[in-house]
Amino acid sequence: MSITLKALKKSPWVFHVNTGACNNCDIEILDCLTPRFDIERFGIVLVGSIRHADVLLISGPVTKNTLPRLIRLYEQAPKPIKVIVVGACGCSCGIFRDGYNIVGPVDKYLPVDAYVPGCPPKPEAIIAGVVKVLNTLG
Amino acid sequence: MDILRPILYYAIFPGFIFSAVVGLLTTWVDRKVTARVQWRVGPPWYQPFADTVKLIGKEVVIPANARRTGFLMMPVIGLAAATLASTILWIVNLDPSKSFVGDSLVVIYIMTIPAVSMIIGASASGNPLGILGASREMKLLFSYELPLIISVLTAIVKVGSFSFKNILAYQSEHGVIIWSISGIIAFIVAILCAQAKLTFVPFDIPEAETELAGGSHIEYSGVALAVVRLNMAIMFFVLPIFLITIFWGGISFDGWRILTSIVKYVVIVVIMVLIKNTNPRVRIDQAVRFFWGPMFILALAAIILAKLGL
Repeated sequence: MSITLKALKKSPWVFHVNTGACNNCDIEILDCLTPRFDIERFGIVLVGSIRHADVLLISGPVTKNTLPRLIRLYEQAPKPIKVIVVGACGCSCGIFRDGYNIVGPVDKYLPVDAYVPGCPPKPEAIIAGVVKVLNTLG
Repeated sequence: MDILRPILYYAIFPGFIFSAVVGLLTTWVDRKVTARVQWRVGPPWYQPFADTVKLIGKEVVIPANARRTGFLMMPVIGLAAATLASTILWIVNLDPSKSFVGDSLVVIYIMTIPAVSMIIGASASGNPLGILGASREMKLLFSYELPLIISVLTAIVKVGSFSFKNILAYQSEHGVIIWSISGIIAFIVAILCAQAKLTFVPFDIPEAETELAGGSHIEYSGVALAVVRLNMAIMFFVLPIFLITIFWGGISFDGWRILTSIVKYVVIVVIMVLIKNTNPRVRIDQAVRFFWGPMFILALAAIILAKLGL
């Protein structure tokens, strides 16, 4: 394993994008940064710009309006980038499955590396998902 | 060998490699103290190094509407300037006989180059948020430079000389400048200006993670972002050393004074981190008013007190 991949495992920076979620998953994601879980211990920080990101964290079913933005964000991200979907909506559209403005789960458009189901998933589950993604790096 | 020596000074000790390593360790101290203030555990000591190595392995994205040369060259120029400031300060501290006339002014001048290069780089990025960050950085630069220079002039008026050699000699003879009334006022002004120079939280208006999403370095990625972060880390290393040299008797490596030097450095860094953690971000107009109002008056008072001999 190259040294840069090893370093990537030690400092994955996360860019969080909401593609129409109800905000519940977003609150659980922020819970990971609180003193109780403190994922900065493992070098994980939320960044404000997609250019700095190593992990694209997506919550929510993809709506018609957010789809072009989501694809554009993925294209703008410096590679290698990993995609994690948090919440039942992102994995399978959840309760919004029959909505008139829903164009499908995230994996119809982007290569997803990990799914974290739950409505909302617990912070422990989100951390477990991140660990699984990091293990796919080698 | 005499030709190689300046290159060695600049590239290894006390130049690039030394200041990069210590600067990155300082950013770790910053993150750890921040975490402890927030009742968290915080990252391990090697975290900034892992971040840097990771960024070197990432793709560098250049936006389609960016000016390629300016965008990629400016962080390197800033890094070179920060390294040069660190080299001059350390050589003068370790061997005062290498000091030259007016070197304190040269260091102040060089320390503005990283900010200027950041302004040009962000303007070249072609991103509206980046350009907004550049314009704010420019206003911030105009506002803090004046009180910083006047507070440094306080020490110069007290000593009566522009060179670091005489400033250090005066302090070892008459006691450090910070223990006089004018010295402590000037030091307070200078440390707040240093906070703005590093774009730390009360004055992190150009970066503003939650507002401008990274502001002046929003479009940098990969190696370019690593250089930008290294640049900020080295500035975080240079400014406390500069304040110690001007106001607090300098740094020394002989015998027990190495311990007091480290204590001085850590105290200033922790004061900066605590200011950073206990204050909200101000608006740019509030920052300009703060620096040109109270800070400027305080600095003027310090220089008048120094002229009176206090």
